[in-house]
Amino acid sequence: MARPAEGFAEGLRVITANRLDSGAVVWFGPGDSWAHRIAAATIFERAEEAEAALERAKAAAAAGVVVEPYLIEVVRGDDRVRPLRPRELIRSLGPSVRADLGIQAGQQQ
Amino acid sequence: MALLLKDGAVAENSWLAIDDEAVTVPEGPVIVSLERWRRDRAALSARNTPLGVRLKSDQLAGEVAADLDRFTLVALEFPVFRDGRAFSTARELREHHGFTGEIRAVGHVLPDQYQFLVRTGFTSVEVADTAKLESWRHALSEISVAYQAALTDDTPLSNLRRRVGTVG
Amino acid sequence: MTHLQAGPYHQAGQYHYDEIDRRFLAERVEQFRRQVERRISGELTEAEFRPLRLMNGLYLQLHAYMLRVAVPYGVLSSAQLRQLAAIGRKYDRGYGHFTTRQNLQFNWIKLVDVPAILDDLAKVDMHAIQTSGNCIRNVTTDQFAGAAEDEVVDPRVYAEIMRQWSTLHPEFTFLPRKFKIAITGSPHDRAALAIHDVAVRARRLADGAVGFDIYVGGGLGRSPFLAKLLREGLPEADLLAYLEAVLRIYNQYGRRDNIYKARIKILVHEVGIDKLRQQIDAEFERIRGPKYRLESAIVDAIRAHFAPPPFEVLPDEVPSVVVAMTGDAAFARWVQTNVVRHRQPGYASVTISLKPAGGIPGDATSEQMEAVADLAERFSFGELRVSHEQNLVLAHVRRDALHALWTELGKHGLETANAGLIGDIIACPGLDYCALANARSIPLAQQISERFADPERQHLIGELKIKMSGCINACGHHHVGHIGVLGVDKHGVETYQITIGGSADEKAALGAVVGPAVGYDEVTDKIERLVAAYLDWRLEGERFIDTVARLGVKAFRERVYGPAA
Repeated sequence: MARPAEGFAEGLRVITANRLDSGAVVWFGPGDSWAHRIAAATIFERAEEAEAALERAKAAAAAGVVVEPYLIEVVRGDDRVRPLRPRELIRSLGPSVRADLGIQAGQQQ
Repeated sequence: MALLLKDGAVAENSWLAIDDEAVTVPEGPVIVSLERWRRDRAALSARNTPLGVRLKSDQLAGEVAADLDRFTLVALEFPVFRDGRAFSTARELREHHGFTGEIRAVGHVLPDQYQFLVRTGFTSVEVADTAKLESWRHALSEISVAYQAALTDDTPLSNLRRRVGTVG
Repeated sequence: MTHLQAGPYHQAGQYHYDEIDRRFLAERVEQFRRQVERRISGELTEAEFRPLRLMNGLYLQLHAYMLRVAVPYGVLSSAQLRQLAAIGRKYDRGYGHFTTRQNLQFNWIKLVDVPAILDDLAKVDMHAIQTSGNCIRNVTTDQFAGAAEDEVVDPRVYAEIMRQWSTLHPEFTFLPRKFKIAITGSPHDRAALAIHDVAVRARRLADGAVGFDIYVGGGLGRSPFLAKLLREGLPEADLLAYLEAVLRIYNQYGRRDNIYKARIKILVHEVGIDKLRQQIDAEFERIRGPKYRLESAIVDAIRAHFAPPPFEVLPDEVPSVVVAMTGDAAFARWVQTNVVRHRQPGYASVTISLKPAGGIPGDATSEQMEAVADLAERFSFGELRVSHEQNLVLAHVRRDALHALWTELGKHGLETANAGLIGDIIACPGLDYCALANARSIPLAQQISERFADPERQHLIGELKIKMSGCINACGHHHVGHIGVLGVDKHGVETYQITIGGSADEKAALGAVVGPAVGYDEVTDKIERLVAAYLDWRLEGERFIDTVARLGVKAFRERVYGPAA
């Protein structure tokens, strides 16, 4: 993990997945909706909340809306939320080598 | 309730699978594990009804080769559909050991594997998930061309190609 | 179904589908269409669907689904490439990525569009069958097959036979792990045989008949191994029976308890080549028989598809080329690196580099694909190749047309003169696209190719193959790069391990780690220092790899990292 000293309970988490039909990257938002921007994701501060929401997200996966939802670590600053790890950062934006493609370019998969 | 498929259609299952722990073996055709067969070989041989043996995916054809004349049926287990060892076991039972009885697929198999099963020598499939029955019925007629020789007596078309999947 | 393949320009050897092949393909597309419907309807779980979609080349990556289209042994017609360009425009973002497996990947695919895309591919006799999954993958070969001056047997004939034989093979579609076969028919190995699960070296036996040396157990990934010789001089008629024996032993005894130990290389390593050979030979003797015999009539029928194109009788040296070369240094450089000799006098094979300085290795826009399709028709009998080094090849170009071709390529940014040089970097998609990756590889490749962009400097350095992967799965072949770069995730930070001394040709070798792993910003500097050391130390005619072999890795380590490292 990026910060091994830090326990789960202190970290901020959001839930992410890909849509089954389009493969688009989505994040679990208010009202158990799936948002196409990480800014709209529900941020979990407590482990129990996050795990409970993940169960509901997995139900959405079982119902064929999304594929394999999972929790990721995020950091918050300047009123913005950003994934901690490079992989999730790239998922939230698009390829770092093609600024003209993906979410960063306003494209919706 | 599991269903039995033969030639793409639901068939009657006259075989009873016997637990390794079962003390008495009922009358009629039964299927026992390889372990049970080895343990109770004499008693099972003395019965006058058809006998089947069930092999786990890591129990290959050689394990029963010497005893094949005792069995009317060999059941090959798929612990998960991705474990494809039984395809080789079936083919070896037919091609190398001349087994002519029933070869039955049991465990987790998908309709999408039905044609592969038939082409490697399986004769029947135990289908646990009846929700997929429509897909199973359809599976043998989906693809009508194969590019390699297999156990079924396919009609050569040209080059490496054969006509398959006439059922359906 | 509209059929787009036949055309006046399509004269070069390629396997031509007939109605039987097309019926098969149409049925396979329908089968997958139903599989998608069953997934959407909920009949199939993701766990059940995943292997089925993978068998059709469909991955779920970071941003979307990725579709890997099979380019059988790397051979394409102009019509096929045009259709790929059209699919890229219609269903993707106007480009595609050519891979080290000689295939093409689309990165922005929707699951619901895939059946329609497969329909479009089928119109040009293409598909995505077995480009992934634990089955026999697309067979790969020498990109100069049928053209190379040193070729003794045309490998495409046997690649096609193995392609057909492996297609939906009933016994070998649920193997312990993927299975890659490569074949060459030349003494100089351009197909990276040593890193394949099975490698076939086609040659002439003592009596002049075609035979094969079979190698087994090559593969990169977490535990890299070079393939070992399994069988020498296998007769042509036994090819398929022998492969059936190899695959059956692997299917039965390959490990299924650990995904990282499931490739046949681990079986070879654990059982030992001699014992495994005994098992395979015993199985082969049982299988061998009329049913699995590869009849010469079958081979002849397939060979007929690969007849040479209608070459003209030409002198070998063309004065106009020489004149143009002396007058144009850029063209001369391009001829030196991107043009190789052809078996037919007056012709040459041309590598079209997909590695412009600062570009994404292997990417081509739909416009570039269409341009290359046009140029293939004009200059190379309407046929082209994808190389495992992620470039395109026009195999049969008249030498007196080279300058005209080069001029046309320049209009589309495809004239980069760096085939085999430091800018011709193999790179996997890495963390920018791939769900398995731990680190990015593309932007590093871009940095390096920009650092060495000066064509004169590149030519001065000479042959130097950099290969980089964004994870241990090694799609970028980093173990066999003259310089290899492997991206790892070290506590959430992209970190890179550099190796030197690897090679993928007939003198295949695995590279050795040259020093401690470095951060993203340090890789290019380290490579520049490795190159500087080589330039200081090289003897007359030595390539980078030769100098490494002569002086050893330690000398380079001390020079680049200091004596204490």
